[in-house]
Amino acid sequence: MITQKTYRQPDSAGKFGKYGGKYVPETLITPLLELEKAYNSIKDDEDFNFQLANLNKNYTGRPTPLTYAERVTNHFSKAKVYFKREDLCHTGAHKINNVLGQILLAKRIGKKRIIAETGAGQHGVATATACAKFGLQCVVYMGESDIERQKPNVFRMKLLGAEVVPVSSGSKTLKDATNEAIRDWVTNVEDTHYIIGSVVGPHPYPMIVRDFQSIIGRETKEQIFLEEQRLPDYLVACVGGGSNAIGFFYPFMDDKTKKIGIEAAGYGLNINKHCATLTLGREGIFQGMKTYLLQNTDGQVNEVHSISAGLDYPGVGPEHSLLKDNGLVEYYSITDEEALYAVKLVSELEGIIPALETAHALAYLNYLLPKTSKDEIVIVNISGRGDKDLNTIINYFNPK
Amino acid sequence: MKKSRLENYINEIKLHEGKVLSVFITCGFPSPDGFEELVLSLFDAGADMIELGVPFSDPIADGSVIQFSSQQALSQGINLERTLLIAEKIKSQSDKPIILMGYANPFLSYGVSELAKSIKEIGIDGIIVPDVPIEEYDDFFEDNFNEVDTILLVSPTTPTERVIEIGNKSSGFVYCVSVKGITGKQHIEQKNSIEYVRGLRHILKNKNILVGFGISDEQTAYKFSGVSDGVIIGSAVIKSILNSNGTYKETLDFVKRIKNKISNY
Ligand SMILES: Cc1ncc(COP(=O)(O)O)c(C=O)c1O
Repeated sequence: MITQKTYRQPDSAGKFGKYGGKYVPETLITPLLELEKAYNSIKDDEDFNFQLANLNKNYTGRPTPLTYAERVTNHFSKAKVYFKREDLCHTGAHKINNVLGQILLAKRIGKKRIIAETGAGQHGVATATACAKFGLQCVVYMGESDIERQKPNVFRMKLLGAEVVPVSSGSKTLKDATNEAIRDWVTNVEDTHYIIGSVVGPHPYPMIVRDFQSIIGRETKEQIFLEEQRLPDYLVACVGGGSNAIGFFYPFMDDKTKKIGIEAAGYGLNINKHCATLTLGREGIFQGMKTYLLQNTDGQVNEVHSISAGLDYPGVGPEHSLLKDNGLVEYYSITDEEALYAVKLVSELEGIIPALETAHALAYLNYLLPKTSKDEIVIVNISGRGDKDLNTIINYFNPK
Repeated sequence: MKKSRLENYINEIKLHEGKVLSVFITCGFPSPDGFEELVLSLFDAGADMIELGVPFSDPIADGSVIQFSSQQALSQGINLERTLLIAEKIKSQSDKPIILMGYANPFLSYGVSELAKSIKEIGIDGIIVPDVPIEEYDDFFEDNFNEVDTILLVSPTTPTERVIEIGNKSSGFVYCVSVKGITGKQHIEQKNSIEYVRGLRHILKNKNILVGFGISDEQTAYKFSGVSDGVIIGSAVIKSILNSNGTYKETLDFVKRIKNKISNY
């Protein structure tokens, strides 16, 4: 695993500055401590890293390419644009990087049953996939609204042998699926490992998920050096919980490369139906972590909206909260509509249909590129492919 | 050590009748109208103390019954501020203990030092925050709760040294979660759970222990109170309120029966 020279987070209590921590019911403390211990004992273990590297290479298909986006570059006639191609991972998104690491971890601690939450269905599919490969029982919690808008992924999970449990509480989206997964875990801690899908939840999850995702940034760094013999000027990634973004940024934390995280502005920031947690949220305690949170004046969590199920979440990983406060990463937001047009643009110019989540990062190029110069380099993390979103996209551009 | 009114109150009950019955109810449920009267009649029916639930949008430790009651309370405009006003009204008519129980975020949002002040002014007797374990205790409570009982939880997954540590930090009593799971879970392995609580009794010699989660009938209440200082019922009471016709007669009878049953110890 990777250690930074100057940027080191979290501390031993799992705090990223004042954020993070372990705000969970007592029943979960012991399993979290066990998980942390197991993780610390294997993360530098040669066997473990060999196994994981082998899976990454021969199962996921890593390293994923770094593609020069020539026609997008020409479209703006400014900085050179590259895409890091996590959409080419097996199962179609970066989520599998974390899942394979955690599956090996779960096997180490002897857990036979795996649970997960999912929004877009990408994390659920990745988890169902790995469980099939390793012969583990798999239960995925998914909000009813997300089941509706990400149907293809629901079929995939079922085909892979997972049980998909619809969640009807609250806004019937990612946050509610996460609540339900936590409740399952509290009840079945003995034999169950909870594979959280992003850098959220109680310590040690935000750290573990980041470490497993940081392969994205490590590869990117090597690849851009090969291609351009220098560091990029900008990294851009979308932020739901924040796992693809932190995995992409983390190996660059000590470098002067500008890092930009893009949240979902939904219908628009002024309409109060958005997921721009870092832009408009404030400190809160939610799902095991202290972090920025979209909440009302009473401390009740807001019902949020994004067209992209994977960004439709009122919280954000605690490390991003710290990075926002200390200015090491800048965060902006993109509306549903802007994201949809970015899908179209990149499909037509590059022959790559990005996920709606990813499209938020791509749409930001409209704002960023005009400010750049021709000798600069921008890399966008293509966190996933858009097949799962075809219904949403078609309905938007060709309403019935 | 804090001078604990709760601890004295429980000790007093132990001296006379034996066992404590604590009733959890979501503030403002089923309706803010008549809620204070409902709490007062729960006291009359045999509740020795009330845990007043502050509703939260995302109650991760709660099963469907308490989730429903929280949602219902929220949709009727109950928040922490109103909960405190309601507690104040109840306090003016009864001096039985009231404990505030709720998730961390509404408290954090209100301001923890503000909250401590309000609690003292109103005379609320303690606070339970199930998603603040000892790791986060100091960061969350800071120095604000030196004069208010902070009741901490132990669960079947808590190892012995940690039980001791929690016991030392908890004041008023120690809240023993009887099962791995969320509120409202039915007991399937009661025998193990009883042995587990009996074990706690030995570890926490100088502390009062109340057992909660999954106490849904007289028999279970009776068994658990036999190995502890009393029981907490929540989901079962709320379920009964849901099924009652507005007079709460069945609910109050249920509370009465539980109190009678555990008093036989
Ligand atoms: C393709 C894709 N990108 C991004 C995300 C957002 O998650 P995170 O912010 O953790 O990368 C998701 C989540 O479902 C996703 O499927």
